[in-house]
Amino acid sequence: MSDVSSVTPTLPNPIRPAFTTGTVEGSVIVNIGPSHPATHGTIQIVAELSGERVIRTDVHCGYLHRGFEKECESHTWHNLIPYVDRLNYCSALINNFAYCEAVEKLLEIEITPRCRYLRTLLSEYSRIADHLTCIAAALMELGAMTAFLYLVTIRDYVYEHLAALTGARVTYTYGRIGGLSHDLPDGWLQRLDEILDEMDTFVDRVHGLVDRNRIFIDRMRNVGVLQTDAAVNWGFTGPILRSTGVPRDLRKDTPYLAYAELEFEVPVGIKGDNYDRYYVRMRELDESRHMIRQLMDMLEPGPINVDDRRCTLPPKHLVYTEIESLINHFKLIMEGPQVPAGEVYSAQEGANGELGFYIVSVGGGVPWKVHVRSPSFVHMGGVHRMLDGYQLADIVPTFGSVNMIGGECDR
Amino acid sequence: MTDALFAQVRTALARVVADAVVAHGILALTAEPADVAAIARALKEHFGFDMFLDVTAVDWPDRDLRFDVVYHFYSTRDHVRVRVKTRVSAADPTVDTLVPLYGSARCMERECHEMYGIVFRGNDDLRPLLLYEGFVGHPLRKDYPKHKEQPLVPYRK
Repeated sequence: MSDVSSVTPTLPNPIRPAFTTGTVEGSVIVNIGPSHPATHGTIQIVAELSGERVIRTDVHCGYLHRGFEKECESHTWHNLIPYVDRLNYCSALINNFAYCEAVEKLLEIEITPRCRYLRTLLSEYSRIADHLTCIAAALMELGAMTAFLYLVTIRDYVYEHLAALTGARVTYTYGRIGGLSHDLPDGWLQRLDEILDEMDTFVDRVHGLVDRNRIFIDRMRNVGVLQTDAAVNWGFTGPILRSTGVPRDLRKDTPYLAYAELEFEVPVGIKGDNYDRYYVRMRELDESRHMIRQLMDMLEPGPINVDDRRCTLPPKHLVYTEIESLINHFKLIMEGPQVPAGEVYSAQEGANGELGFYIVSVGGGVPWKVHVRSPSFVHMGGVHRMLDGYQLADIVPTFGSVNMIGGECDR
Repeated sequence: MTDALFAQVRTALARVVADAVVAHGILALTAEPADVAAIARALKEHFGFDMFLDVTAVDWPDRDLRFDVVYHFYSTRDHVRVRVKTRVSAADPTVDTLVPLYGSARCMERECHEMYGIVFRGNDDLRPLLLYEGFVGHPLRKDYPKHKEQPLVPYRK
């Protein structure tokens, strides 16, 4: 016991807090995280407390940093798709499609109609999975275990269903530059229909359990309030910005994929507090389901990949029977798709907000630079605005309502 | 509507902007480092570009002015984006901070600083954010080897 340091080496502190002394008489500085059972996401919050009131906070992320952008610079354009899966791993398909769209813009490729509808449908399906995860986790952190299980049951149906399509539960690698990996299996849309009906039932139950629950309202209403001006100034997008009462949604504002053809509403909040963020996400589940139902009717048979030898792999039977296709396949795999020199910033409405890819090509099969404008990272720069001034215990629901995803925040 | 706005921006900023092109729906402006803060202010105050989307850098090791610093702005009113690009040298990779204009610039400039070593003059908080305290070098520079390791915790023997 006397010489602990010989057993456990003293480690340097990986962070330097913004403050080490209090500003208020009698305040204390406490450290929360990065591995705390009540926060979801690996995040470290240094907070100055006066009693249980949070005076100010210093939020540190980066514990999941794995050099995504550096790694991108030494792989072919196609090989990055599994990496972008791991940004927001709750809605990996949206990352896939946002990345592919950025590369397609540089290649000046227009995807096929079936691919466009399928990508839109799967984006909304992913958004459902993401919102379910976020709401479920946030409710569970407040002790609502039943609501958590209801929502995660549906999420698991979604995961299993996407596994039937892509072969993986979470990281799908289903997008391709110029199309998709493969078409829907038989009966997939029928099962989708069943799951959406089931979701209706369970989401209704969650509405019934918590919406008018006194404990829930007391923890959520008027907690973590964010005004629209502050939200825009601090770069908030997605459900958080919409919860402040403005209908800012890239699906409406800068329509991409098939969103211009769909009928849907943009739910907004009133006050920008935790309750509004919860409710906006719940309403977006309805809108996503509404969009998926429309898309199921719009889907027409047709090719899912563009007929462009610069990016689409030739059919396997041709690779084995003719030399041109064999060489084409070889070149695409070994050298990568030859993307013309240029730069592009392309953004889609991710489940958490604006997911932008800024990519620079110098021509050739490997990117010069891939930068991700990830909503979670930007939100971490402004999250102190929602934490400061509230109670210590409010950090948990507020942080839950932000839905910080370490994979895309820390990259 | 977008074209008209872009034309207005071009005309208003013609004095400080060296080059202005529209590519993939984004107006891309090129300017001197010293003018970036003034351009950002004009974009925000006169043209409604109220959201600071992103700042990052691009490393071109063979160039004299080695780094492009790239900003993206978004107008929540007109739903358009503007890109502002400037070049800085490795010897003096300094640009003015945009923190007085946009709160979100604070953490994005921190990231750009640690990854590329770009110095944002006036941003008093350029502590490491994704990396850790004591990390040596700027990993997204092209001359930083991908496999280099700087373990904070010694590897177990």
